[in-house]
Amino acid sequence: MKPGDLAGFCVRSLAGYPLRTGLMLLAMAIGVASVVVLTSLGEGARRYVAREFTSLGTHLLIVLPGRSETTGGPPPLLGETPRDLTVEDAEALRRGSAVRRVAPIMVGSAPVAWGGLEREVTILGSNAELYEIRDLAMAQGRFLPPGDITRGEAVCVLGHKIRRELFGNASPLGAWVRVGQRRFRVIGVLAPKGQALGLDMSDVAVIPVAAAQALFNSASLFRVLVQARHRDAVARAKSAVLDILRTRHDGEDDVTVITQDALLATFDRILTALTLAVGGIAAISLAVAGILIMNVMLIAVSQRTAEIGLLKALGAPPNQIQRLFLGEATLLSLAGAAVGLVLAAGGVIGVVKAFPVFPMAVPAWSPLAAVGVSLATGLVFGVLPARRAAHLDPVTALSRR
Amino acid sequence: MIRLEGIQRVFQVGDETVYALRDVNLEIGPGEYVSVMGPSGSGKSTLLNILGLLDRPDEGVYRLETVDTTELGDARQAEVRRHKIGFIFQFFHLIPRLTAAENVELPMILAGVAPSERRGRVETALAALGLADRARHRPDQLSGGQRQRVAIARATIMRPRIILADEPTGNLDRTSGKDVVDTIEALNREGLTVVMVTHDPELGARTRRQVQIVDGRIRGDRREAP
Ligand SMILES: Nc1ncnc2c1ncn2[C@@H]1O[C@H](COP(=O)(O)OP(=O)(O)OP(=O)(O)O)[C@@H](O)[C@H]1O
Ligand SMILES: [Mg+2]
Repeated sequence: MKPGDLAGFCVRSLAGYPLRTGLMLLAMAIGVASVVVLTSLGEGARRYVAREFTSLGTHLLIVLPGRSETTGGPPPLLGETPRDLTVEDAEALRRGSAVRRVAPIMVGSAPVAWGGLEREVTILGSNAELYEIRDLAMAQGRFLPPGDITRGEAVCVLGHKIRRELFGNASPLGAWVRVGQRRFRVIGVLAPKGQALGLDMSDVAVIPVAAAQALFNSASLFRVLVQARHRDAVARAKSAVLDILRTRHDGEDDVTVITQDALLATFDRILTALTLAVGGIAAISLAVAGILIMNVMLIAVSQRTAEIGLLKALGAPPNQIQRLFLGEATLLSLAGAAVGLVLAAGGVIGVVKAFPVFPMAVPAWSPLAAVGVSLATGLVFGVLPARRAAHLDPVTALSRR
Repeated sequence: MIRLEGIQRVFQVGDETVYALRDVNLEIGPGEYVSVMGPSGSGKSTLLNILGLLDRPDEGVYRLETVDTTELGDARQAEVRRHKIGFIFQFFHLIPRLTAAENVELPMILAGVAPSERRGRVETALAALGLADRARHRPDQLSGGQRQRVAIARATIMRPRIILADEPTGNLDRTSGKDVVDTIEALNREGLTVVMVTHDPELGARTRRQVQIVDGRIRGDRREAP
């Protein structure tokens, strides 16, 4: 029997039972489509996180008070309260040769009021260098002026959402707003720039860090952002930061330095694992589709005993009959996979259209894996029915009508 | 051509042993026209199945053109069926989703005959049986007699040496039965060996040799003088 004839025969017998064939195709297609779409969502999530990290600014180190890693040994007996990070600590970091910029960050919340309107707003105390480090952009005016960090000028920069809510269409530049009990002059408005690590920059007011210290009556920083000179200097900058702070904190390693790369790598690992897990779960539906194919092929064999008996009487050897039924199962899973890929393409395009921000992307391996798994299940689950057909006794098969 | 020696076929039904064939010895020469008759359950179909290599005897030797077929494996037996034997069944056994032409083509597909050659042979075969205008019809669009003639075209398309027919007219009315028998007899005149199981004494009387089976044994073997 020629391969083309074999394929033709399989197509004819599948076409002979359109409902059954259609349902099996659907099951396979849904399996393949869900694998591709879910892994694409996972990949999209991975890219989204990666992008968010990049939007944090480049070559970034984040210095947090307190140690997050245990380096062995028993914990100190006295409950360890980590030493605060101060503005002086932040300034000292500039001594590191690999350090380019330093921005202390103080975070608090205070009511901001102008002309009878008042809103509770996240207050960010920082310095001029935050602008470069966070890769910010101005919609109006300018950012915090460079200058003596210990002098808290009474100026502020507003996120664009706050500007809209407090000022409407009026220009805020030069206006005096009340923040807590103090008055600040608005010198600039940030351009809309999306979220970065959960902090919505459109919903903050930025003031000089010294002013924030006075406002919140506290000297401790939330964190310090450090920008290394270039990508390769990140490691050197990290050890410089640790060295400097250890000296300043009486020889204690009581800060944590997170590099963007390390964070990104961690998230990358987590999200890749997640993508694989989700893909694996979806692959279970392929296995289910495979079992369905087996079930339906078994029914097909019992419905078509007379035909199988006839094929034997016409001189088809057992292995040829096995090939015919395996061919049907293979064809089904291939066609199902093809339909599934079309469905998946539709789904991915749909998501991309509906959420243009979300960087959904089909990982190259996922359609290949999906088609491979569907083909494998089709073959594996096709073997049993095909063998049953091949070993059917032709006499009993033909004696039944 | 066909030579059965001491053929025995036993079925075990529960704890009862049914002898479908006992010690059957039979020789059929090339070009013979043989009818097999006997009461229901006497073993006629079993005999035909063994002749057609669809069933294996439990004992005895079956030689087909000097080859001991009982020694052949499944695949080799299938090959013998493909090239030397054509079956005609009481219930036609056409594949319902295929057209008449495709049903006739099937043995050639299984044998790997080239498509270009197949088409011509199918046309000739259908035309020879007066079915040229029915080629594109599916079995459910054909009468019983037409279906059986399609089945005959299928049985002969590989140009076998032997035609085995199990009650070929059993499901047909008189006229179409007559048509079918005429067709089979025409094949026999062309030199094919025909073995036909039938219940119809009138039909049996037409054959030159009549084998009578009772209870799995050959009871009579009558030949007409040529
Ligand atoms: N697969 C089987 N299992 C058990 N017994 C069987 C089987 N096939 C045939 N037999 C028995 O063998 C005997 C001969 O059967 P066979 O089909 O050859 O009869 P037959 O002469 O063709 O009858 P009919 O004229 O009714 O078709 C019967 O008694 C039957 O019950
Ligand atoms: Mg019978």
